[in-house]
Amino acid sequence: MADQRETDHATGVETTGHSWDGIKELDNPLPRWWLWVWYGTIAFAIVYWILMPAWPGLHGYTKGLLHKSDRAEVTKELKALDIKRGEGAAQLRTASLEQIEKDPKLNAYAQQVGQSVFGDNCATCHGIGGTGGKGYPNLRDDVWLWGGKLEDIQYTITHGVRTGVEGARMSQMPAFGRDELLKPDQIDDLTEYVVHLSKRPADAAAVARAQPLFEAQCSACHGLDGKGNQQVGAPNLTDSDWLYGADRASIRGQIFAGNGGVMPTWGGRLSPETIKALAVYVHSNAGGQ
Amino acid sequence: MVRVIDNTRPRSDARTAVSAAARAKGKGEANGHLYKPRQPIYPKLVHGKWRAIKWALLIAALAVYYVTPWIRWHRPEGFPQQAALVDFTGRRFYFFDIQLWPQEVYIFTGLLVMAALALFLVTALFGRLWCGYACPQTVWTDLYIVVERLFEGDRNARMRLDAAPLSFNKIWRKTGKHLVWLGIAFGTGGAWIFYFHDAPTLIRTFWTGDAPMTAYVSCLLLTCTTYIFAGWMREQVCTYMCPWPRIQGAMLDDHSLQVTYLAYRGETRGPHKKGQSWEGRGDCIDCNQCVVACPMGIDIRDGSQLECINCGLCVDACDEMMVKVGRPTGLIAYDSEEAVCARTKGEKAVYKPIRSRTIYYALAMSVVGGLTLWSLIDRPKADLGVIRDRNPIFVRMHDGAVRDGYTLKIANRTYVQQRYDVSFEGVQGARLSQPGAAGEHVSIVVPPDQVVPVRVFVTAPKDAELEPSVPARFVIRAGDIRAEAKTVFLSGAANPQ
Repeated sequence: MADQRETDHATGVETTGHSWDGIKELDNPLPRWWLWVWYGTIAFAIVYWILMPAWPGLHGYTKGLLHKSDRAEVTKELKALDIKRGEGAAQLRTASLEQIEKDPKLNAYAQQVGQSVFGDNCATCHGIGGTGGKGYPNLRDDVWLWGGKLEDIQYTITHGVRTGVEGARMSQMPAFGRDELLKPDQIDDLTEYVVHLSKRPADAAAVARAQPLFEAQCSACHGLDGKGNQQVGAPNLTDSDWLYGADRASIRGQIFAGNGGVMPTWGGRLSPETIKALAVYVHSNAGGQ
Repeated sequence: MVRVIDNTRPRSDARTAVSAAARAKGKGEANGHLYKPRQPIYPKLVHGKWRAIKWALLIAALAVYYVTPWIRWHRPEGFPQQAALVDFTGRRFYFFDIQLWPQEVYIFTGLLVMAALALFLVTALFGRLWCGYACPQTVWTDLYIVVERLFEGDRNARMRLDAAPLSFNKIWRKTGKHLVWLGIAFGTGGAWIFYFHDAPTLIRTFWTGDAPMTAYVSCLLLTCTTYIFAGWMREQVCTYMCPWPRIQGAMLDDHSLQVTYLAYRGETRGPHKKGQSWEGRGDCIDCNQCVVACPMGIDIRDGSQLECINCGLCVDACDEMMVKVGRPTGLIAYDSEEAVCARTKGEKAVYKPIRSRTIYYALAMSVVGGLTLWSLIDRPKADLGVIRDRNPIFVRMHDGAVRDGYTLKIANRTYVQQRYDVSFEGVQGARLSQPGAAGEHVSIVVPPDQVVPVRVFVTAPKDAELEPSVPARFVIRAGDIRAEAKTVFLSGAANPQ
């Protein structure tokens, strides 16, 4: 690479003096506008160093005259958010469930909180739309195992179901088949009886055989008429809603095994205000009892 | 820039061929511009019919622009009392008794289509009248030239002043002119923002610093554009920036009236001495008055040109001269190509204002205008939107009934509070209810000028035997106000396979 500046014949411009494989470069000046933009960026950088956090040092960094800090701004925004949320939370705390539901503004707030909390905590089992599934109650309909009033829902959410914790909703259907409390043919008869209770065609002889059996074994919880009892979470057997399935096999399976779901105690995990909002959300989405 | 330099043999073409660098250098020596520099235009003041019309339109256009935001209009308490207001914060547009919501922006679309068609129609009939008389660029440039004339005198004085060396006289005249120009520009930008805020409030808050940032920015922006466009750029805006001169070629035809130099009458042109015979020569005395009067700096005698804005100032200038030399006026006149051709051949000139394109434009205008007007008159006082629940799409109740959930959005477009009775139609035996509310009657109070979302449930009995999807509708009523929205009721029945 020879370092020899020379003047180009064609343009009259001096070369840079570098030559690569015979290719030489004209030493044309940079465009003015480009230079000025470049000077501008230098000036900007200097101003930036002075005003903004810029240079790292051994102990921290230069803070800049503006004392800008993204971390401080986020903290501030979070604090402002807490205060903003606090207003709503305070109202939820003092108002009764009925008041919350009746007041359009507070209700709208509760719905927002409820929807978000439901999605985070309840949707796993009950579904994002709240329609549940086999073994997980549908919260959108008008069927309630433990009561569908605002206070009932609030209590169920707070204390949970079959958690073994003091105050939780508790009941246990016997596993008539697995624990050999009844004989298989008795269970078959009872299945027919339950089908008959929900006003569907059933084997009349089996129903007649099962009636005393039902009264002895089942009516304590489900009632003589089979309409259930919300005190003990015993489902109504005469309606068309079935937690563990409506067909004969499912009904027989339930008499055999006596399934009972567990719902966590949310009392310690969610604040009372949040549970209130959640109760209002669930209540109004179910049509409100 | 990388360039192969071959030094093995002397370049024979080095002297003849002009390199890019040399060309750039040449330009730099000329005046340092890449483009042809603007030739300053010094339009001379003319007097006459068209100039008078232009003055009248200038005053009318400016008056409308400056006065409109200050007209007060009575509306109920809590609503703006300004006749014309684009309220971005409140998302409403007010124009006297008309109030529009953002979703009614199609009415503006109709107005804009109308404006475009009107522009087409007028251009087809009379040429670029918009450009010459009503375009803000023309109006403000005219106003700026008035100021210029006030400080620097008419054409010749201005040219002398520009050519003169710097002096106290030149400095104060130029400074004064630019200050007044800036004042007008600021007034223009300042008036604009009153259309978007309550004018009496804004005129106060603007100076106390409490006005919204958008007001300051808009004001600054329009101040700059007015000052630059009307003061410095003038005809360049029309010639280089505006698309309309390019489009006009498609709008004009042989029957459109345009400012035309009647060559058959004017040629052969030449200076004329008093008492000389007019035999064997044209009426044009080559006095150049049409050229010096032209704000676009063109010579209309060269024929129809892209730059011509059809303002008719050369018509006035020429007529004045024709009267002076005792020849008939109208050597330059609003005339059509067809008529000029006919008269050149000695035939009778025929004007055809009614022809297929003007009929089409007028028809299209009436259709769009009619539709816009109809939608404005028929504007509903209430609006109903329905959003169906999607998860779950339906819920089966303990007795086998099926319930669908909907969110209604009820918009009250009146200035008073309304109570709307909601009903659901289309599903036999269906029952409407509101979560948490007793009774089957759903009645919603909506405050004035607001939208309220309402959750409702529709329950169909088990034995209804419905199709999987039943067309249905919600209806809201408040006195004689009524609105409806279509939806479907999903019954949960299986689709027939």
